[in-house]
Amino acid sequence: MKRLLRNMMVGAAALTIGAAGAVTAAQAEWAPKKPVEFIIMAGKGGGADQMARLMQGIIQKNDLSPRPFIPINKPGGSGAEALQYMKSKAGDDHTVMVTLNSFYTTPIIQDGLDIDITTFTPIGRMALDTFLLWVHSDSGIGSLEDYVAKVKAAGRDWKVGGTGSGQEDSILTAMMEAEFGYEVTYIPFPGGGTVAKNLVGKHIDSTVNNPSEQSEFFRAGNTVPLVQFNDERAEAFKDIPTAKELGHDIVYYMQRSVNGPPGMSDEAAAWYRNLFETLFKSEEWQTFCTDDGIDCKDWVAGDDLAAFHQAQLKRHRELIESVGADAITGE
Amino acid sequence: MIETILQPLATGLLQAFEPLNLAMILLGCLAGLFVGALPGLGSVNGVAILLPVTFLVPPTSAIIFLCALYYGAMYGGAISSITLGIPGASTAVATVFDGRPMAQSGKADQALMAAAIASFIGGTISVILFTLFAPPLAAFALAFGPPEEFALMVLAFATFIGLGGDDIPKTIFSIMVGLALATIGLDIISGQPRLIFFDLPGFLAGINFLVLAIGIYGIGEMIWTLEHTQGKVTLHKVKTSWAGFKENLTKIKDYLMTTTFGSVLGFFVGTLPAAGATPASLMSYGLAKTFSKDPDSFGKGNISGVAAPEAGNNAASTGSMLPMITLGIPGSPTTAILLGGMIIWGLRPGPLLFSEHPDFVWGLIGSMYIANFVTVVLNLAMIPIFVRVLAMPFTLLAPIIFALCVVGGFAPTLKMHDVWLMFIFGLAGYLLRKLNYPVAPAVLAIVLGPLAERSLRQSLIASQGDPLMFLERPIALTCFFFAAALIAYPIVRKLLQKRKPVEEG
Repeated sequence: MKRLLRNMMVGAAALTIGAAGAVTAAQAEWAPKKPVEFIIMAGKGGGADQMARLMQGIIQKNDLSPRPFIPINKPGGSGAEALQYMKSKAGDDHTVMVTLNSFYTTPIIQDGLDIDITTFTPIGRMALDTFLLWVHSDSGIGSLEDYVAKVKAAGRDWKVGGTGSGQEDSILTAMMEAEFGYEVTYIPFPGGGTVAKNLVGKHIDSTVNNPSEQSEFFRAGNTVPLVQFNDERAEAFKDIPTAKELGHDIVYYMQRSVNGPPGMSDEAAAWYRNLFETLFKSEEWQTFCTDDGIDCKDWVAGDDLAAFHQAQLKRHRELIESVGADAITGE
Repeated sequence: MIETILQPLATGLLQAFEPLNLAMILLGCLAGLFVGALPGLGSVNGVAILLPVTFLVPPTSAIIFLCALYYGAMYGGAISSITLGIPGASTAVATVFDGRPMAQSGKADQALMAAAIASFIGGTISVILFTLFAPPLAAFALAFGPPEEFALMVLAFATFIGLGGDDIPKTIFSIMVGLALATIGLDIISGQPRLIFFDLPGFLAGINFLVLAIGIYGIGEMIWTLEHTQGKVTLHKVKTSWAGFKENLTKIKDYLMTTTFGSVLGFFVGTLPAAGATPASLMSYGLAKTFSKDPDSFGKGNISGVAAPEAGNNAASTGSMLPMITLGIPGSPTTAILLGGMIIWGLRPGPLLFSEHPDFVWGLIGSMYIANFVTVVLNLAMIPIFVRVLAMPFTLLAPIIFALCVVGGFAPTLKMHDVWLMFIFGLAGYLLRKLNYPVAPAVLAIVLGPLAERSLRQSLIASQGDPLMFLERPIALTCFFFAAALIAYPIVRKLLQKRKPVEEG
């Protein structure tokens, strides 16, 4: 019996190796030799986490990789923990990270961090998430003009909810304060979902949430978007004007990209680019983007992504300078 | 009532009884038991690891599997808490308080049975409440803003006022240590790092509560036992027999009241997005002790001290499904992962899920009833196996506990930093115990501290620093009132006792 069991195990192991060998041969180039650490620079359950787990799911479902991707959350210090971890993994071919805009802002705001993200290995941009300004449907506010008037009248009594100082929505809130010349009270919550709930429960007056965090409450008639901060109107929110159309130059996106540690080998980087391009173009991913009003039209990878990162880094430096790091960190 | 609840429920139950779904429930419960019993795995990791596997089956079956795993883990956590003294999951920490002393005095089978039955009652009461009141409760959860959350946290602290025993200065010291540890990490309001000792990046993420609990209870307890037994003796053999089983069944009446109370409390705490099953189990334990006829026996092996937290955590795990399904907001870390799963399956949790996907929602509710039944049967059947663990000589058991602690400290975050911390907490826990400091209040403080701090600061930012704002919130006021009553209750009782002549000398 023991012998039989051992034989079976040997057989199973041989089968696994054989299967992996076949996949490798088919791709005829580099492929992961062990499980890939899939680092998420945010906590469990948030937007970035959900996307990473969706990616992992699609990889698994469509058998895109001979070795599994293991999502690991490193949320500490607004992503500082994840960035430091990636830096320490320089030259490693089995670690990739899903980023959000804290990829740019955290190294700028936390000066002691000593992270240069341009040394990281760019793989591919999976999405440009968008932002809208939301209020409760009972508020009676129907336009941006209404909104600005109401906020100016309320002053500091106006409560804006967000996901934390230094996060994307706090930058956008600071941009709006600078553009419209008002000051609001900004209350941080742990995650966009909690912010949405507090808006529906009327504990805050407005928020700039990603569409995925509000879309169900919008469909249920609890909340309404007033304006979107994209270049063009998103497919899912055709009737909502952009800030640009209304004559306010506020455009802000959240990039969701996959990047490797500094010094990843070219073969490995090419393999990951290929994998994530397949994933990006998969029906599952595109459906997810359309449903959520996320921009997933253009595939940007490799050097193009490096150029995009450079531009975004410069833009965030200017943004933080113009609104002041204090406005964002809430001090 | 019949059309809106009973009819869809019947359909849902039928759906849950389909062979595939029934198999999913069984598999899920078994996997959950295993995941919950292994320190460091816990339901969060179990659900996260197994999520991709569920693509093989339809969405409803997939979520039934993951939810069954979630409840199974709630039961499973108690197994290692009781037999090994290591909390299998953060939700089972309060189960160690009395479960471990019971096992040491040879009553492991009673404790395990109480845990299983209390879990069943908790889960069932909770799913009944869920079935009847889901929509109005969702509205109630929405009414909970930061001031209400803070008031709830104050109430939670109040339930623990009597936890430390009679030595009030030592209890206060213990709470303060817990609160200080809770402030380590990134400040949510300003985004600035706090108390990052030696600039170690590991502190940025804060102190993981489970690391503290495993250190204090697993490692600390092991050192303590080694010192007292010199490693020579077997702890306590438990003989299990049918007669013993029947005798243990009669003990249910001893903890039925606390269990029922803990279940209802656990369910409500679970439905509030801020809290989750860990605070629910701690609050349930605290209340059971406060209102016990014999509070001094808590922490020394009172069967109600096992039943109450187990009822609380199971009820809360079902309760935390409510905000997830009706509002799309996870009530606990595990439901956060489940939520991600639902999005992958193309189901959008939110106010419209009940009306747009009734098959899914009611199938899930139906499966909750069955999953609870399956887990209690599995658990009761396996008690004789679990108690065999205690028949091992401690010289064998101690290395196993040690290895499990290390794995448990490492697994949640995959950082050696946490393993070293766990050893430090283990030593500290042992010393505190030697010096007669109660450690439970510190454990409570580190769980509730960050929640209380955040909600208080959010409230004060919103009111621009005016604390009187709490007086305008009726729900918050009610919580404060009960908190005050809870704090006063043991004092009043003590005063009344003093007046009476001492009976037992």
